Amino acid sequence: MGRVNLPSYVPKDDGATPLDYPDYRSTALRHPKEPLVLLPQNLTEITGPLLGSERVRPEDADLTLRHDGEALGQRIIVSGRILDSDGRPVPDTLVEIWQANAAGRYRHGRDQWPAPLDPHFDGLGRVMTDSLGRYSFTSIKPGAYPWKNHHNAWRPAHIHFSLFGHAFTQRLVTQMYFPDDPLFFQDPIFNSVPQHARHTMISSFNLERTQPEWALAFDFDIVLRGTGATYFESEDPDGE
Amino acid sequence: MVNSLPQTTSQTVGPYLAIGLTWPDAEHAVDPTHPDAITISGVLLDGAGEVVSDGMIETWQADPSGRFDHPDDPRGSVAAPAGFRAFGRSYTRPDGSWSITTLRPGSVPDAHGVAQAPHLDVSVFARGMLDRVVTRIYFSDDAHHTDPVMATVPEARRRTLVATATESGYRFDIVLQGVNETVFFDL
Repeated sequence: MGRVNLPSYVPKDDGATPLDYPDYRSTALRHPKEPLVLLPQNLTEITGPLLGSERVRPEDADLTLRHDGEALGQRIIVSGRILDSDGRPVPDTLVEIWQANAAGRYRHGRDQWPAPLDPHFDGLGRVMTDSLGRYSFTSIKPGAYPWKNHHNAWRPAHIHFSLFGHAFTQRLVTQMYFPDDPLFFQDPIFNSVPQHARHTMISSFNLERTQPEWALAFDFDIVLRGTGATYFESEDPDGE
Repeated sequence: MVNSLPQTTSQTVGPYLAIGLTWPDAEHAVDPTHPDAITISGVLLDGAGEVVSDGMIETWQADPSGRFDHPDDPRGSVAAPAGFRAFGRSYTRPDGSWSITTLRPGSVPDAHGVAQAPHLDVSVFARGMLDRVVTRIYFSDDAHHTDPVMATVPEARRRTLVATATESGYRFDIVLQGVNETVFFDL
């Protein structure tokens, strides 16, 4: 077989998260010390799982209503778009989310700090993006919680996001934070990201999307690696 | 690129990833009753040689004919064989072990048309890892020596990319750091 023309994804930005970050103590034994070997982007890397709606049930988009009663906490609507760095929407892609409850407790056997569990909240959500890369889910605002990284360490409130994009190269797991969280300054996970790039992880309050008498709203767009090709809104999706 | 958007940065999956990322069939990249199903298993180890019991391994691969059910394959998208998802996900258990049941991938050409040895691309996630690390699984009973990617790996470290045949499938341990550290790729 001859040469094949493959798309090529741009490198990670220089704001990429380091694997070795001593302030986050658990990185010490869990980062490679040998130099990474360059992996060319061939067919296995520019393809990836296109997991579909069979993974998602309608109730997965509302974390407050997954059980018999309604979850406790400040109700929020989180919405945004999954884009690539060229500005292209990423349609029909699975978004997996998980979070602590309003008291900052995860429904997980290893989370044993003395905050209450909510019998009506398990912290799991899944949605697919639409044809324009948009997603939305309803939840409650997660609480902050202590961890033992350093004395009196607290994680800022956050929601975990897992994204596939359309290629193995685009795979991303991140955390969405809330604006102006007073706990940012002491959190090594948040601060592991170079300062100029931290804004990419912080949602913004959106008054227009709030629902009167019902819910606050936060916007959070996620940008995956693109191919560096110029994108025009009107372009033929198969063109270059 | 002047007009590019800043990429969202990675953050760790943390210790509670199982809440959001659990699927009942996650470890089955193929229906386990498929006659050609194989199981690849191993342990995930940290730099002290301790097992990592809160990690996650994901695999992505070609089908047995070396094709992908994906529109970006310029050779054309080929429907996956029945029961085959090509993607597997396994949490590490309390003993650090993980396993994926799948089909042996076929050979896939690189961009120059040179055949690559059959391989799976692997992502490793865990608490304490601020980003995934990427590696590859090759098979001990394939001619992986001629693989163009393998050729760029220092010779003494190549064996860390090779799953060894066992009575029940293949064994592939992943060592995040230190002696016998697995080769990880910059992708």
